Amino acid sequence: MTTTDPSTTAHVPRGKRRIGDVVFANSARGSGILILVILAGVAAFLVAQSFDSLTANTANFLTTSEWDANTREAPAFGVLALAFGTVLGAAIALVLATPVAIGIALFIVYYAPRRIAAVLGYLVDLLAAIPSVVYGLWGIGWLVVQLAPFYTWLETYFGWFPLFAGPVSTTGRTMLSAGIVLAVMILPIITAMSRDVFLQVPQSHREAALALGATRWEMIRMAVIPFGRPGIIGGAMLGLGRALGETMAVAMILSPSLVVSWFLLQSGNQTIAAHIALQYPEATGYGVSALIAAGLVLFAITLLVNMAARFVVSRRKEFA
Amino acid sequence: MAKRIDVSGLHVYYGDFLAVEDVSMTIEPRSVTAFIGSSGCGKSTFLRTLNRMHEVTPGARVQGKVLLDDQDVYGSEVDPVAVRREVGMVFQRPNPFPTMSIYDNVIAGAKLNNQRLNKSAADDLVERSLRGANLWEEVKDRLGRPGAGLSGGQQQRLCIARAIAVEPSVLLMDEPCSALDPISTLAIEDLISELKENYTIVIVTHNMQQAARVSDVTAFFNLAGTGKPGKLIEMGETNKIFTKPEKKETENYITGRFG
Repeated sequence: MTTTDPSTTAHVPRGKRRIGDVVFANSARGSGILILVILAGVAAFLVAQSFDSLTANTANFLTTSEWDANTREAPAFGVLALAFGTVLGAAIALVLATPVAIGIALFIVYYAPRRIAAVLGYLVDLLAAIPSVVYGLWGIGWLVVQLAPFYTWLETYFGWFPLFAGPVSTTGRTMLSAGIVLAVMILPIITAMSRDVFLQVPQSHREAALALGATRWEMIRMAVIPFGRPGIIGGAMLGLGRALGETMAVAMILSPSLVVSWFLLQSGNQTIAAHIALQYPEATGYGVSALIAAGLVLFAITLLVNMAARFVVSRRKEFA
Repeated sequence: MAKRIDVSGLHVYYGDFLAVEDVSMTIEPRSVTAFIGSSGCGKSTFLRTLNRMHEVTPGARVQGKVLLDDQDVYGSEVDPVAVRREVGMVFQRPNPFPTMSIYDNVIAGAKLNNQRLNKSAADDLVERSLRGANLWEEVKDRLGRPGAGLSGGQQQRLCIARAIAVEPSVLLMDEPCSALDPISTLAIEDLISELKENYTIVIVTHNMQQAARVSDVTAFFNLAGTGKPGKLIEMGETNKIFTKPEKKETENYITGRFG
């Protein structure tokens, strides 16, 4: 028997379904779903296409570094040195770019006179518009030449520090050069994100700090940077994503070799993206499939980095 | 400890605009002075000149003199940062630092003055300040929780604790209860009565009952006319201002016959 409980049977008033609303809601939903489809499609492609070579591989893909894949018989290739180079280059870029980007953003928002701030902000945005091949040309044609003597100096005085051990590459085409160029490339995105979040710091928080007797710098440390931390991390992760995947500039600057090397001033190292770009035209046999497997690793690294960033940002959510 | 404030011939400008004209007054130590008046009459602006917080607004400047005991607040060698450590401020909306715990909020200002605050001294200071703000009993078990998780009234008392942790001699309050419910307002008013034992307190309020309840001296501000600067109309013992004001304008405002 069913009782007629008014709360469950009460007529829920439904608004008239307007055609515009329906169309808009569905197209928005469709766009959202499209993202998932594309992501899944890319992942499926990478897995399917790399499967071939990975099963034929006679070396351990994740723990070796040789690259002998352009054959139909007994290919042997590993992604270790490439993955290491990718992460190392991106890490150098991030370490160099983040403090500078925060500095620029703070200067634009809190120190620069308004007119200079506007011009500076525009110039930083302009950095983002330069194509990566141009950065590559700049890097190899000018920057490495300037850096080579500096590297020699660094090795002479700081060679005892493992990262800077010799023998120094005379061409300057090293991982550190690539990292510096990558740092310049990711500077705009980190700066822009930091600037936006610094602009949002409520006046009341800044006044709270100043009223306690904070100097401007102390106010920034007390109220601005903690408030902006999620934005800074978000910007840094976007920058890291770009640095990990950057192909052209790295391919032009590095003189590659497939070794795991911590020595930033020596020639050597290679990144996944640059390796794919350089090897693809000559890939035969299992070569293409092997390169796609390397792409899958890059995809996984990027995904992990983004998830880690989200975890860091959300961990202190109750304090935000 | 509590200091006397002596203001003479103070004009406040925003750029070329004269916002407050020719204020002279003496604010006694260990007392509560209330500023009342309609919105936009310059009482908050004037309050902010007492610890140079108005300088945060671009283009704001003053003419005239403000003495804290015998020290000229606007002397050429005086650092505004030092003035603000001496003259604390509580704002209209509670503004604890959202990224800090209750504990860290309280010692935020004290840490600026004294970077090497050791753990037990910091613990003492936090307890003393929170007790001083009548908040200790409510939060002593959750000092590590975010300050933003407290109720509005508790947040405001946290801001008061934060201000007194710096050990100022004057406490400025800019409509400290206008965002709070009546119960929280009462808690703050009780607190103000206790704090005046040790501090010089100046409070801006739109609530005339509040001015009557908490203050010893009341100052009435008004605009000379639309677009004209705000002025101090009358200042005197709160009793007298609310019962026998000397000026007609004051009486009109007090009794609600006011445009």
